[in-house]
Amino acid sequence: MKNKKILVSLIVLVIFSAVLYNCSDSNNGFGDAANQVYVAPGTHDDFYFFTSGGFSGQVGVYGLPSGRLFKQLSVFSQHPETGYGYSEETKPMLMTSHGFIPWDDAHHPKISQTEGVADGRWLFINANNTPRVARIDLKTFETNEIIEIPNSGGNHGSPFLTENTEYVVASTRFSVPIPDRDVSISSYKENFKGTISFIKVESSGKMNLAFQILVPGFNYDLAHAGKGPSHGWAFFTSYNTEEANTLLEVNASQSDKDFIAAVNWKAAEKFVAEGKAKSLSAEYYRNYFDEEKQHAFSEKNSKVLILSPQECPGLIYYLPTPKSPHGVDVDPSGEYIVAGGKLAAVIPIHSFSKMQQAIESKDFIGDVGGIPILKYESIIAGEVEDPGLGPLHTEFDGDGYAYTSAFISSEIVKWKLGTWEVVDRIPTYYSIGHLSIPGGDTKKPWGKYVIALNKITKDRYLPTGPELTQSAQLIDISGDKMKLLLDFPTVGEPHYAQGIPAEVLAKNSKKFFELEKNNHPHGVKSEKETRVERKGNEVRVYMTTTRTHFKPDNIEGIRVGDKVYFHITNLEQDWDIPHGFAIKGLQNGELLIMPGQTKTIVWNPLKAGVYPFYCTDFCSALHQEMSGYVRVSPSGSNVPLSFN
Amino acid sequence: MKKYLITITIITLLIWACGEGKNESGSSDSAKEKLAAKFGLTLWEYENGIGPIKEKIQLSELNMSKAKSGEQVFTIKCTQCHKLDERYTGPALRDVTTRRSSEYIMNQILNPEEMAMKHPEAKKLLVQYANKMTFQNVTQEETRAILEYLRSVNNK
Repeated sequence: MKNKKILVSLIVLVIFSAVLYNCSDSNNGFGDAANQVYVAPGTHDDFYFFTSGGFSGQVGVYGLPSGRLFKQLSVFSQHPETGYGYSEETKPMLMTSHGFIPWDDAHHPKISQTEGVADGRWLFINANNTPRVARIDLKTFETNEIIEIPNSGGNHGSPFLTENTEYVVASTRFSVPIPDRDVSISSYKENFKGTISFIKVESSGKMNLAFQILVPGFNYDLAHAGKGPSHGWAFFTSYNTEEANTLLEVNASQSDKDFIAAVNWKAAEKFVAEGKAKSLSAEYYRNYFDEEKQHAFSEKNSKVLILSPQECPGLIYYLPTPKSPHGVDVDPSGEYIVAGGKLAAVIPIHSFSKMQQAIESKDFIGDVGGIPILKYESIIAGEVEDPGLGPLHTEFDGDGYAYTSAFISSEIVKWKLGTWEVVDRIPTYYSIGHLSIPGGDTKKPWGKYVIALNKITKDRYLPTGPELTQSAQLIDISGDKMKLLLDFPTVGEPHYAQGIPAEVLAKNSKKFFELEKNNHPHGVKSEKETRVERKGNEVRVYMTTTRTHFKPDNIEGIRVGDKVYFHITNLEQDWDIPHGFAIKGLQNGELLIMPGQTKTIVWNPLKAGVYPFYCTDFCSALHQEMSGYVRVSPSGSNVPLSFN
Repeated sequence: MKKYLITITIITLLIWACGEGKNESGSSDSAKEKLAAKFGLTLWEYENGIGPIKEKIQLSELNMSKAKSGEQVFTIKCTQCHKLDERYTGPALRDVTTRRSSEYIMNQILNPEEMAMKHPEAKKLLVQYANKMTFQNVTQEETRAILEYLRSVNNK
């Protein structure tokens, strides 16, 4: 009798538990995902996550696991919010051999590395349209340098780093006449060439185009440098080995196999040192930000060193790879070179050691333009069968697994290095391009998450008219099965993104610029030095900001037709007290001035009148009081210049 | 049982009250000390501010070269908010060395944020001026020089 009672109680208990369990798991089957991505108010995320801004030309800074957006870094596009590309100090950053370019298409952020591990000194990113590479300082989160790449069109295969950031490599997606000249497009096969560029990075971060390698006129798409045993090599995918110049969707998809170009860059250095490189005229800019002068400067270059494979045996080899390969990714050990053949039925994995043997034994099946083509069967380590449709990119978790994005079938496929078997797959929403694991392309992946970077969102968010947000999806990879945790929207198309643990970066983040070190030619160190000076119709206002006033805040004697420079120094020396500046009728973006910084904006007053100006960045309780007036008189007026 | 509980409650309350009383009176009975305790401060903090200066500093004859270097720092780091003889973003400072102890002045310069949160005098100023004084990235040595400059400008 007693036993029966216990049994009944137990059954009731089980039913209740089941009901309760179902309730707690009723959140569309996402279980405790909310807990895994919840970052409580006032606490911090575990990772920084840098996303390419795509056609916004900028970089997004997010936190993981929350997916919260912290900041948009101004890189290749003017940014009226910060004055980047509008202020006199930052305009030189956007100079190119094509003049001032206010926009670009940013694709692949890459965190600098030491010994193959992301070190958090800098972030590099490419401009696709007008070929350039930018270097962002990860202490200030500001763009410190942009170098233009000559002899290139569509700088897509960029910027990929060697394991100690010795070089940033870049390859041209569109082959072009080299040097560029007026030729018929149908003379493609005769006149068009590709280039692979090696940009040397000094320990200060300064970039310098060391040399370019002239290669057949294919489309060079993506790259990765070797690591460990393959350090000293870099790998570049190519498609359109058919060398078509029209309707590429058909004409460039004919061959069974295209190529990965394997470049021995240590040999290249040797050839350059031996004087094998030819100097070619090429106009390109290097723009850099001088932190002490708080000003960007442009430097025009006119020569580049070019290496030709015909004259440099051993410099470069082609690895046949099916079919129009897109990504090329090197595993943490440096042995496996994984290709994402977007039209291929398998993922081919080349072996670096087999490649070395094949080179040794001259296991070639021919050559193109002096570049030996290795035999596919001799260099292949394995193939992943059934990897999903349209495999593009692969990253690694450091525990022996690889994760490949499949664009057409919208999924991530997890497979095992060595056995090449698929062990798990998870759908993504929708049309995944790149994917990213923190440290996932380095020698030391931090793992924990894979982030899907999706091209299309369709119904995933509230509709916002014809143009919808882009998106990322956070997926937990700590267990055997991948688990979707979170969707979050991104600014612009997140082509690629990289994450790094917060503790690596946060401690280095700069809080303000030291006033003592501000050597801006038009900066002032105290209110005592503020003034207004006229030279012809050029007027320079040396102004300061502090909570909560401008000095001077009343200016008279400006005339229609003047060119007025506002040189504004923010005298604050504490964290999180920027001031903004805008004046009615300013034809430019606003200025946002960080503590200790000097920024300059030019204003051309067009009509007589009185123009209010004010602080645009809420700074304190008396922020609304932080304002002033400029009186503008007709041209030729004799109202004296005065200020207080 | 009920009685027992009440007894315990009363005793607990008594002990707690005793503790409170002890905190307030401390070892000395001075009125100032009581006042300081009301704000959760020690008498020393009340008179000399909260911050890295925790001991009386030795003031000697005015050192004019130190005052001069203090003036340079003051010009760059302080004059955007303080004038000597008139109210600006913050209060006039001509007679500040009469109004405040040297240690208080240095703590206010070196630790303004905590001062504004905890010290009754700094709180009063925040209400009056509606602006929080910020730390201006000065060293203790520079702060000492600023103090010397402020001593040198005091007419008293």
